[in-house]
Amino acid sequence: MIDKFFKNILKLFGFIIIFLGLLIFLSLFSSSLPSIKKFGLKFLFLSDWDPVNEVFGGLPFILGTLITSLLAFIISLPFILSVTIILGVYFTEGFIAEILRHIIDLIAAIPSVIIGFWGLFVFVPIVREVELLLGVTPYGVGIITASILLAFMILPYSASIGKDAMRLVPQDLKEAAFSLGATKWEVIKKIMIPYARSGIIAGMFLSLGRALGETMVVTMVIGNKNSIPQSIFEPGNTIASVIANEFAEAITHLHVSSLIYLGLILFLITMLFNIIAKFMLKKFKI
Amino acid sequence: MKEITLKIENLNAYYENNQILKNISLDIYRNKITAIMGPSGCGKTSLIRCINRMFELTPKTKIEGKITLIEKINGSFKEINVYSTESTYIRRKIGMVFQKPNPFPTMSIYENVLAGFILNGIKLKKSEADSIVEDALRKVALWDEVKDKLKKRGTFLSGGQQQRLCIARALVMKPEIILLDEPTSALDPMATSKIEELLENLKSIVTIIIVTHNVGQAGRISDYVAFLYLGELLEFGLTDKVFTNPSHKKTEEFLIGKIG
Amino acid sequence: MTKKLKLRLFKDKFYFILLLILSLIPIFLFILIIIHIIKKGITVIDWSFLSQLPKPVGEEGGGILNAIVGTILLIILASILTIPIGIVTGIFLYEYSNSKLAYIVRIISEIIQGIPSIVIGILAYIWVVKPMGHFSGLSGGVALALIMLPIVIKTTEEMLKLIPNELKEASLALGTPYYRTIFKVMIPTAISGILTGILTGIARIAGETAPLLFTAFGNPFLNFDIFKPISSLPHIIYLYSISPFEDWNQKAWGASFILLIFVLFLNVLIRILSVKKK
Repeated sequence: MIDKFFKNILKLFGFIIIFLGLLIFLSLFSSSLPSIKKFGLKFLFLSDWDPVNEVFGGLPFILGTLITSLLAFIISLPFILSVTIILGVYFTEGFIAEILRHIIDLIAAIPSVIIGFWGLFVFVPIVREVELLLGVTPYGVGIITASILLAFMILPYSASIGKDAMRLVPQDLKEAAFSLGATKWEVIKKIMIPYARSGIIAGMFLSLGRALGETMVVTMVIGNKNSIPQSIFEPGNTIASVIANEFAEAITHLHVSSLIYLGLILFLITMLFNIIAKFMLKKFKI
Repeated sequence: MKEITLKIENLNAYYENNQILKNISLDIYRNKITAIMGPSGCGKTSLIRCINRMFELTPKTKIEGKITLIEKINGSFKEINVYSTESTYIRRKIGMVFQKPNPFPTMSIYENVLAGFILNGIKLKKSEADSIVEDALRKVALWDEVKDKLKKRGTFLSGGQQQRLCIARALVMKPEIILLDEPTSALDPMATSKIEELLENLKSIVTIIIVTHNVGQAGRISDYVAFLYLGELLEFGLTDKVFTNPSHKKTEEFLIGKIG
Repeated sequence: MTKKLKLRLFKDKFYFILLLILSLIPIFLFILIIIHIIKKGITVIDWSFLSQLPKPVGEEGGGILNAIVGTILLIILASILTIPIGIVTGIFLYEYSNSKLAYIVRIISEIIQGIPSIVIGILAYIWVVKPMGHFSGLSGGVALALIMLPIVIKTTEEMLKLIPNELKEASLALGTPYYRTIFKVMIPTAISGILTGILTGIARIAGETAPLLFTAFGNPFLNFDIFKPISSLPHIIYLYSISPFEDWNQKAWGASFILLIFVLFLNVLIRILSVKKK
């Protein structure tokens, strides 16, 4: 009967998605296998990346990814908290609040290649000037440049979740604090932020997850050097940016496989952060 | 002469491990209004949902027993076993009106009346469709109120008008029986009395089973009343008789407002 | 007023101003970037820019028609791949909402949504480019479809869940079979929300570059054949921006302008549609 057939089709699509998920894992694993077989887990700790001599170590990129993301996170922290509090407490309703909220959300809508382009032509010269002032080699491009732009890009994700978390603070809790004579800032600092803490942190994990995987902005302003940078003002590379740079032109089987190995590692790291973030969100929102 | 249009025999219904209906046996008479009453949770909504096979849509439910629908076509009778016939067929023969009026928001008033045909892909000639719509809306006393706004969305009407639209929608399928699940509990007194008047006029063309917890309503419009308590059928009979001389203590307590 | 109270009130005002200033900095930066792109980009836009193909390297003039056409084709391709699968899977998740199968499907959909777009590019490379032996618009479309899919699935399920159960029952009670109830009542009622989800997906993939770098690969010629490499706006912005030719850099601003306006327009449209629904 048609309904039975239709319901079976629905279930079929469910299985298709599951099949797709398995295919993703299998494809990444099997295509990185040649590299895994050759380098094993040492791949994570070796820092020699030499396509000519077929020696591949992923450490510079893993470090690059972690450093830029961590740095981006730290730089964005004061801004995330500010926007969270401003949109979550002071400007929750009304015309101005809506405009502010929309603009923050639209930051996430700008294609990253455009931010990268702007970064390359407008921001990098500025960084170069600052580096001259500081007496450092004025590369302009480098870890710090990428991190600052990344900080800008990941702000909307955590600010949005953070402000939602702040708005969930029960009214009677706030009123109890006010009725005891607390100032608004004191209520925010001592009551609201502690209450909304796990939601805010969950948002931060989510944005970290995004920073880890961001490709275009990083590729365009990080300087593309396949070695571990000695300072944040030096160029470097992340997993995403080295894949973006080298994949299309990689000729040898091992080169491609090593790049995919890196991709697999990135996938797993990102997935870990996303799972933690989602888990925290579920616990808090319920 | 009393004709039976629905025979319920030894109906048991379960949800998860709870028994919702216990061994219900009941005859419904043609062209009469039968009220199903009882305190909250007694199973009255579950009972009518068993009749048009909506009860089984909820997962983890189980039904035992036999329900027979007796169709009257041109003077002769046809017996249909409700649970061994295709459920979509049964639902066309036994219509339902819900507690909260639910016209389809994406359809106009005109389309809502014909929804039964539209949804089943049955195409009608415009002249035929027009006359069906007018006929149905007249039957529910809505025609004069909406005849100029047939193309407007059904959701723009008042609650009472929406509910009458839903009754019209059910009537268009020419069912043997219409089940109404507390149809006026979400409406104001004026709309309520309009619908009660409407139902009394409709019973000449269709058999009506109405679930209500409103004793006054049952007393006003029903010919027969069935009293359910904790899933059991405690009493069934002519409304006048049951109301003036209930044979079961619980029925009496419900009628005077002690329980429910 | 005691000194302590004065201090507390001062702190209250101080923090508010500080937080406000800090919040306005990213907003200011956003406006700065937008204005810059509009300023630099709008001078480049003229009819020949939009309608001509790129000239050989080093020559001045020409346009980015190949990229505009490419982006449109890739979006259409990704939509064709995503929309049917996404909507039906969304219906599945709605109907079998509490089943173990649905639980797993939801998790997988979320995982796919979290995959960095460069890794999605790798997947499209493994699945399409490698077997085919060369780059193609098809592989680019597959990559973009994979990015768009979880959005459509989630939106469809959520929009269906928003519909009150009584509506579904009203249709079933009229004797309508389940599949017709879904397609003639549930989906039409949810359609504006589902369309908003599709637009959201398109806004997302329109600006994606990373997965196209080694799938669609780019093409200086006009190409309608999805089995050959194909250009796109984000790709050409990347290519032209890192090149040493000033003419190309200029064109990159123009392309950025077009892409930015398109994406912002879609986003504003989505917001308007969402408010209307409420």
